[in-house]
Amino acid sequence: MVGYVVNRLLAAIPTLLGVAIITFLLMRAVPGDVVTSLVGLEANVSPERMAELRRLFGLDLPLHVQFGQWLGAVLQGDFGSSLRTGREVAQDLALRFPVTLQLTLMGLLTALLIAVPLGVLAAIRRGGFVDYFASLFAILGLSVPGFFLALLLILLFALALGWLPPAGFVPLAENPLENLRHMLLPALSLGLILAGAVTRILRSSMLEVLSRDYIRTARAKGLAERVVIFRHALRNALIPVITVIGIQFGSLLGGAVIIEQVFSLPGVGRFALEGINLRDYPVVQGTVLFVATAAVLVNLLVDLLYSLIDPRIRYE
Amino acid sequence: MTTASPNSHLALVIRALLRNRSAVIGGLITLVVLLGALLAPILAPWDPLKFDPPNRLSGPSPEHWLGTDQYGRDLLSRVLYGARFSLSVAAVSVLAGLLVGGTLGLLAGYFRGWFDLTISRLADILIAYPAILLAIAFLAFLGGGFINLVLAISVVFVGPFIRVARAAVLTVREELYVEAGRAMGASDGRMIFRTILPNAAAPLIVEVTLRFAYAVLAEAALSFLGLGIQPPFPALGSMVSEGRAFLSLSPWGSLVPGCAIVLMVLGFNLLGDGLRDALDPRLRQR
Repeated sequence: MVGYVVNRLLAAIPTLLGVAIITFLLMRAVPGDVVTSLVGLEANVSPERMAELRRLFGLDLPLHVQFGQWLGAVLQGDFGSSLRTGREVAQDLALRFPVTLQLTLMGLLTALLIAVPLGVLAAIRRGGFVDYFASLFAILGLSVPGFFLALLLILLFALALGWLPPAGFVPLAENPLENLRHMLLPALSLGLILAGAVTRILRSSMLEVLSRDYIRTARAKGLAERVVIFRHALRNALIPVITVIGIQFGSLLGGAVIIEQVFSLPGVGRFALEGINLRDYPVVQGTVLFVATAAVLVNLLVDLLYSLIDPRIRYE
Repeated sequence: MTTASPNSHLALVIRALLRNRSAVIGGLITLVVLLGALLAPILAPWDPLKFDPPNRLSGPSPEHWLGTDQYGRDLLSRVLYGARFSLSVAAVSVLAGLLVGGTLGLLAGYFRGWFDLTISRLADILIAYPAILLAIAFLAFLGGGFINLVLAISVVFVGPFIRVARAAVLTVREELYVEAGRAMGASDGRMIFRTILPNAAAPLIVEVTLRFAYAVLAEAALSFLGLGIQPPFPALGSMVSEGRAFLSLSPWGSLVPGCAIVLMVLGFNLLGDGLRDALDPRLRQR
């Protein structure tokens, strides 16, 4: 088990290195750098002053030297400082990550609360009304853009009914109730869309499992239908669902970028967007690497979850 | 596969498609959307850029079927042109992703060895990269516009296309008829394009349809963030975004383009699902 985890982590290193190199090159492949965008509006900055600024930020060094320096620092937990605000990137990430984490976890919870009952019911009542509704819900989840769903929710719950605030953020530690009120619509926007994908997978994997011999055996020995469905069928049907959630986690984070923008939440996604717009190299490099690492770790976690759900799966 | 001529195989697929309700509905939606986008210059009742201040932020009326935006521009005309733009970005992005990713995946699956290892690693990296951030970074640095939108979206598609094509080739290459072809001394080029590609095409076709849906969604999201084409020209995503400021006055400016996006994506998704069922021989045996 430990060996397996170590192996998986080692295997992730070249992938993450590739991600880091692409980001690094992408940020430098285009004309203009942070110095031009920093001084951009002030007309009379002498070329000497700009060269001095570049030297200060280490932008005058050859690319591979810059990359090596950055990577060496990252390995020691130092993501550098924002070229614009001077604040440490790691510190800002630590401040903003909880917002994104809360958003994705609440989104995930929403998705499961909707998708598990819906998927199970659709499979049990195959071809019935619930099944039809579930298919419709699933295909809509795959077809509605997150930002549009967010807008519809704002229109209904904030503008028409006035139940929830249309945007803004209150830290959890400051006022938990207000925090939840502000996070509910963003979480719904993220969760309803994921729920579509999960409902679909769960329905088909439940149908598959329900046709297995061991389900017939369970029924034949007189177990209550509730026990058959939840203990025997659902548990086995959850494996593909967890795989999909693992795969979708990346797009969940991507969706969070846009949802954070719509609801003005101070999360990692907005941090990255701001960094990209200002060409703040350390911010963008740090955030992208952070997000990619998170996605890799989640996928590993998902693989380990399998063995919890299905004891037959063991990792050597 | 051995006895069926291409024609009867195609006929089988089409019959299976027509029996599939979601494929028929998806096909019809896609057809309507395609016609609307292609014929936008003929169908649009107004100039999509023309201001009409007295009629700003109005709801549907006999004059403006779907209402007007904050400058009094006709929403129906703008949506038609926006859909035209979305579809052209999607079409070129999917095609580019297919050509690059599909070809690399085909070659990787066929030749295996170090080439396969390199390409598969490349696909891993591209897929591990947070897709939306990749596209956003690309556009933020290079600026918006048609070409850059296509580049940003198709880069994201290369990874998945590599995987699908490679997997399809791997299942086909162990078949007896492939071995037979090789035994007869067919060249690599002939093997890849005449023997393997036609038999590995089904998953690629399905992937193309579903990627179309994804491309429309991606273009909409990027335009929504203001990274697409420049403002006066209508893009569905930026229309939704512009309408946000006027939601409480008149929601039409956001609702109309938003629903247009949903309709387009829904059509492609339904069609893709139907195609997948129709092209899968295991589901067709009846």
